[in-house]
Amino acid sequence: MIKKFDKKDEESGSGSNPFQHLEKSAVLQEARIFNETPINPRRCLHILTKIIYLLNQGEHFGTMEATEAFFAMTRLFQSNDQTLRRMCYLTIKELANLSEDVIIVTSSLTKDMTGKEDVYRGPAIRALCRITDTTMLQAIERYMKQAIVDKVPSVSSSALVSSLHMVKMSYDVVKRWVNEAQEAASSDNVMVQYHALGLLYHLRKNDRLAVTKMLNKFTKSGLKSPFAYCMLIRIASKLLDETEGGHDSPLFDFIESCLRNKNEMVVYEAASAIVHMPNCTARELAPAVSVLQLFCSSPKAALRYAAVRTLNKVAMKHPSAVTACNLDLENLITDSNRSIATLAITTLLKTGSESSVDRLMKQISSFVSEISDEFKVVVVQAISALCQKYPRKHSVMMNFLSNMLRDDGGFDYKRAIVDCIISIIEENPDSKETGLAHLCEFIEDCEHTVLATKILHLLGKEGPRTPQPSKYIRFIFNRVVLESEAVRAAAVSALAKFGAQNDDLLPSVLVLMQRCMMDSDDEVRDRATFYMNVLQQKQKALNAAYIFNGLSVSIPGLEKSLHQYTLEPSEKPFDMKSVPLATAPLSEQKMEMAPVATSKLPEKLAPSRQDIYQEQLASIPEFQSLGPLFKSSDPVQLTEAETEYVVRCIKHTFSKHMVFQFDCTNTLNDQLLQKVVVQMEPSESYEVLHYVPAANLPYSQPGSCYTLVRLPDDDPTAVSCTFSCTMKYLVRDCDPNTGEPDDDGYDDEYVLEDLEVTVADHIQKVLKPNFGAAWEEVGEDNEKEETFALASVRTLEEAVGNIISFLGMQPCERSDKVPENKNSHVLFLAGVFRGAHDVLVRARLALADGVTMQVTVRSSDETVVDIILASVG
Amino acid sequence: METTSLEPSLHTVKAVLILDNDGNRLLSKYYDPELYPSIKEQRSFEKNVFNKTYKADDEIAFLEGMTIVYKSSIDLFFYVVGSSQENELMLMAVLNCLFDSLSHILRKNIERRCLLENMEGAFLVVDEIIDGGVILESDPQQVLQKVNYRTDEIPLGEQSVTQHLTEKLALTTNVLQSAKEQIKWSLLK
Repeated sequence: MIKKFDKKDEESGSGSNPFQHLEKSAVLQEARIFNETPINPRRCLHILTKIIYLLNQGEHFGTMEATEAFFAMTRLFQSNDQTLRRMCYLTIKELANLSEDVIIVTSSLTKDMTGKEDVYRGPAIRALCRITDTTMLQAIERYMKQAIVDKVPSVSSSALVSSLHMVKMSYDVVKRWVNEAQEAASSDNVMVQYHALGLLYHLRKNDRLAVTKMLNKFTKSGLKSPFAYCMLIRIASKLLDETEGGHDSPLFDFIESCLRNKNEMVVYEAASAIVHMPNCTARELAPAVSVLQLFCSSPKAALRYAAVRTLNKVAMKHPSAVTACNLDLENLITDSNRSIATLAITTLLKTGSESSVDRLMKQISSFVSEISDEFKVVVVQAISALCQKYPRKHSVMMNFLSNMLRDDGGFDYKRAIVDCIISIIEENPDSKETGLAHLCEFIEDCEHTVLATKILHLLGKEGPRTPQPSKYIRFIFNRVVLESEAVRAAAVSALAKFGAQNDDLLPSVLVLMQRCMMDSDDEVRDRATFYMNVLQQKQKALNAAYIFNGLSVSIPGLEKSLHQYTLEPSEKPFDMKSVPLATAPLSEQKMEMAPVATSKLPEKLAPSRQDIYQEQLASIPEFQSLGPLFKSSDPVQLTEAETEYVVRCIKHTFSKHMVFQFDCTNTLNDQLLQKVVVQMEPSESYEVLHYVPAANLPYSQPGSCYTLVRLPDDDPTAVSCTFSCTMKYLVRDCDPNTGEPDDDGYDDEYVLEDLEVTVADHIQKVLKPNFGAAWEEVGEDNEKEETFALASVRTLEEAVGNIISFLGMQPCERSDKVPENKNSHVLFLAGVFRGAHDVLVRARLALADGVTMQVTVRSSDETVVDIILASVG
Repeated sequence: METTSLEPSLHTVKAVLILDNDGNRLLSKYYDPELYPSIKEQRSFEKNVFNKTYKADDEIAFLEGMTIVYKSSIDLFFYVVGSSQENELMLMAVLNCLFDSLSHILRKNIERRCLLENMEGAFLVVDEIIDGGVILESDPQQVLQKVNYRTDEIPLGEQSVTQHLTEKLALTTNVLQSAKEQIKWSLLK
């Protein structure tokens, strides 16, 4: 009868969905018939379905409502209708978190789980485990153990999977069921086998030995279930990865043997596992690649997709290994599934030759609008990689990218394109103008503040130095009129750079600036006023210091110094020079753009290495009076790799002192070292002031000791020095097993390699985005010039590399990259010398037989210039 | 596309969706509590998935960092969602099992109306195939045996005399209507 009733409803309603206009309250009202006797299974079933449907649609049930419905439902256990009972289980699971006192059905479920009806038993176990907590679990433990080894597969599977779900909640109880799970693992049923394996692994995954044993057992005995095989392959490859096991290990052999399994799922899993292994050789990859190649021509889209996606990954690391598949990949270019076609093309872009690039790009542009954003990012990344490989292709790429930029797309996609265009501009000076034009067009209609500000910054940096700077002004000023605060502020900064660089534009820029001073936002007004005043002075030095080259201090350092300053009231103005400089120039990080399409984690601003050292050193009382840390060097190894003690040194430079930090590791498990110091004998007039010993150095736990040295005051040019180092310590022998040391020890020493202090230790790298302006700012008061012949150097690249590493200064204007086929090159280096003196070096290099180098040094301090020139010579 | 390999686990399936031809949810199960915890996020994900897949019968797609295998029949769309590193063939096995089991329960009438009339069957089938993201069963025969579900609809030729008259009438119109819909859809396609 109810059925008919529904029909009527449905016909009067729109569409043919009997659940369309369900009202929660009406359904709950209907649920009252659950209490009628005798139970009408058909009607009740329909109402339960409605309740589950509503829950599934995301309808919210209050605790009262849920509890009421739940209790009404419990009555239905009196009926023996199979489907109705099964729906009761589902309802229990759905309401488990919403209703109160769900444990009331425990006894009913326990009865079903141990009853005679096999159809009920599995689902009853799963429902029961859903409502059980740790204390209740003990009560049903006996039944669970029996169920795991039950001969009915559905019962055993249900018990195993439910146990797995409960491991998180009650590990200690489930752990006791290992033996039962072990027994289930040898079941004939494929699913039981799979579930048992999964549970066993989950219980033992922290015990590597147990996992190894388990793997050995199953790889030898063989399994029936393809799912279980996939699981085994994953466990094996994880174990291989953790133990760094070589590829001659039996585990690798097992994975490789799975390539010959008759089930495609297993074969693919094995191939994928091999491909993902780190440091796989081409020979080891070959069998995996050839099965993937076969899959490329499978009629199943999912298999083709899986194969080409995995090949794409191989191509990132081993493009040559994939070239064998090029023909098969070519066939996939026209695949009707665009995801497959995209992956095929991007793979080919990585493996193919330069001549095929145009054709592939044409192909992909025909359907790029149809693919999802995730794949568009993949395409952009492939293009980005390609531009680095074949710089001459940049015009084709640029066209393609600008078209993509015009299409719709999310933030990640647009950001990938913008990053790619920017990197092309930086690599190829020829493409700068077209690239900037595309970006200008893009910001005209750009909803992403981050991208707009990024592009405005780039325009400010690059625009003024193009032949026609005036054409960018319009684009930039439009932003001031139309956009949000952040973008307006960025536009003002960009404008100021045009005014500072181009004298003929200055009057117009000043007019525009004046208008910005009436902006409604504080930051925009402040910036405009500030730039206005700087620009009106018309002084190159001011422009360079305040417009082109911003602050080069470390931001956390500045914050700390300012905080310190506010704590101690003083008459003196705050000294910018007391703030530690920023390390790790930004340009270096960009090179390692990870090929990750979906980075959900926001990038966290990690404190720089130097900030960490600063903290560590400041906590040692002897070093507190040294002032701010100026520079920390990279670690220098003072021992061979495989010796008893491993020592490396980090040189910390302060304005008048140096601290040598020795990180020592004791690799002998039968020794405990105490009072470890490194004695240093300087070759020059450096004076060792103090040793801070490492109190204890137990086996394999690194410890640090420090040596404080004063730099010679009387001779400021003595920047380089050699120290002979000896490690001195007290040895106490100890039991290798317990680590218990003997009562008394003896003194011993260990000779380390010599430690060099060079000019680079006194100079901190500083990036000057506009070197020319900085060069003018320092001025020619202390300029000196000398010419050297570098006889031993054969190429310009080598010379550039040598100079940079010797002086330890930051190359500017990308001058560290030597264009191909050139005989001369100019290298610009910037840095700050200890004591906060700016140093700039211009090195003109010419290649004849060997390299001739003319070095011009400018600095705010004359001694520094002398030091640099003396050290080069 | 991350290159890190997958932690060995039985948790394979992140979500199962059945949508109608307007992209409306008929049945959705999300097994990863961290993935789209709110109903709003789920709906927007479903919308995105539907918009990207309803045009082409491509079987597999990569969306919002996840691999999605799918299949459509008349006015229904079936999706199985897994992590981007998941074995695509495993997901496919789940999808095929779901499709074949439902096909049997709905007597090959895999269309919206028929599904809605046998919604309890669909809930039970999904429950037997996946439990909390773990593949419980991948063989449709086994699933059907476990669900042991009988449709209300008895094919026209097999009607028993004991059947209630009103119900019979309702069923006949039912079958006729679903046949009509089916023809309409096959013409529209």
